[in-house]
Amino acid sequence: MDQDLKIQLGKQGVFTTTLEEVYNWGRKSSVWPLTFGLACCAIEMIATTMARYDLARFGAEVFRPSPRQADLIIVSGTVTKKMAPQIVRLYNQMPEPKYVIAMGACAISGGPFRDGYNVLKGIDRYIPVDVHIPGCPPRPEALIYGFMELQRRIQQQELTGVRAPSFTVPSEPSEFHIPAFGQHGLEPAMNASIAPRPQLVQITPAPAEKATS
Amino acid sequence: MSALDINAILQAMQTAVPGAQITLLENPSPSAQHSLLLPAEHAIALARFLRDEPTLRFDFCSNATGVDWPDTEITEKIKTKTLVDGVEKEVEETRKTLRPGYLEAVYHLFSMELKHGPLVIRMRTADRAANVSLPSMTAVWRSTDFQEREIFDLFGIVFTGHHDLRRLLMWEEFTDHPMRKDYAPPAEDDGTERPVVEVAAAEGSVAE
Repeated sequence: MDQDLKIQLGKQGVFTTTLEEVYNWGRKSSVWPLTFGLACCAIEMIATTMARYDLARFGAEVFRPSPRQADLIIVSGTVTKKMAPQIVRLYNQMPEPKYVIAMGACAISGGPFRDGYNVLKGIDRYIPVDVHIPGCPPRPEALIYGFMELQRRIQQQELTGVRAPSFTVPSEPSEFHIPAFGQHGLEPAMNASIAPRPQLVQITPAPAEKATS
Repeated sequence: MSALDINAILQAMQTAVPGAQITLLENPSPSAQHSLLLPAEHAIALARFLRDEPTLRFDFCSNATGVDWPDTEITEKIKTKTLVDGVEKEVEETRKTLRPGYLEAVYHLFSMELKHGPLVIRMRTADRAANVSLPSMTAVWRSTDFQEREIFDLFGIVFTGHHDLRRLLMWEEFTDHPMRKDYAPPAEDDGTERPVVEVAAAEGSVAE
């Protein structure tokens, strides 16, 4: 709908909207996260839901104890290789539309424990992440900002047409491969269909200037 | 906390269990926390003595951990006096010896009753590959149960007599021992999948 016309009509006391807008507004205002925490980031997440920061203002106060009732999984903390298959399994059990927030350096990349033998180098190796929140751990304000960013994304989702999100397309996968415990690590080490392969960057330095002495 | 005379403890242990070869391992650092190396075959009897002896009463094992000692080459410089052309000269000689590697289990003992400690005892395996068995201390100190499982998991020391020796932290299918010094993480995990910034050396611009 034309925005100018909408504003003009609004000035005349006529409220106009689209079905998509109302639908997305409803979805973004009741994102129910999964009761799920992994490490120190989870403490910050709990603080965010409590009275001082009050995530309930954004309609996300109802942490669901079952993945079947959850819309959002906040991966809050270090993902060990032993825990990673369970997280993918929880994600697979969530109904569409579902969203993932990777909270903190560990969930993004392994963080300070990246070189550990037991730490997964980022949860986006196995499930698609919508919002990454840096920090170690991120403050509750950062989580709220990341949550608002997710809300903006939900509000902007088009439900029809070529730019429709994957959950409206039946052929798109909503479940991802659960890695298996191998003899030396998780097998496979990453889901190549969603984890982007890093590129080799080659930098050719400019020829060094002749020293003027 | 009264200071422990580790030499007296060693003497008492030696008289209690005759034939046990106990070695005093000196700690040259300022902490001077010396430890006792127990022979594996007498370790249980010695541990029971440390726990039950009324003057020692080490009734609490606060910590058990492992140490990996890989094969190391030890270079020593030895000064010898030799006669060169009738004149006595001091010649410095370097000698290299290969010390075969072993695995070590370390236990920190305290006495709750007499309020003293810590006493550090160690046990060593014969090597790092085939003979990695040590007696389990779970019969003497119950608190070593999970800690010995952790040592088994991360270092690969097999504790004979342990009632439930399974991996504690890693999964059952895992075959490596990650805290060993020669542990290499799997290839896909070695960090090479990070974006690599390679600086190609342009010709004629080699920094000096």
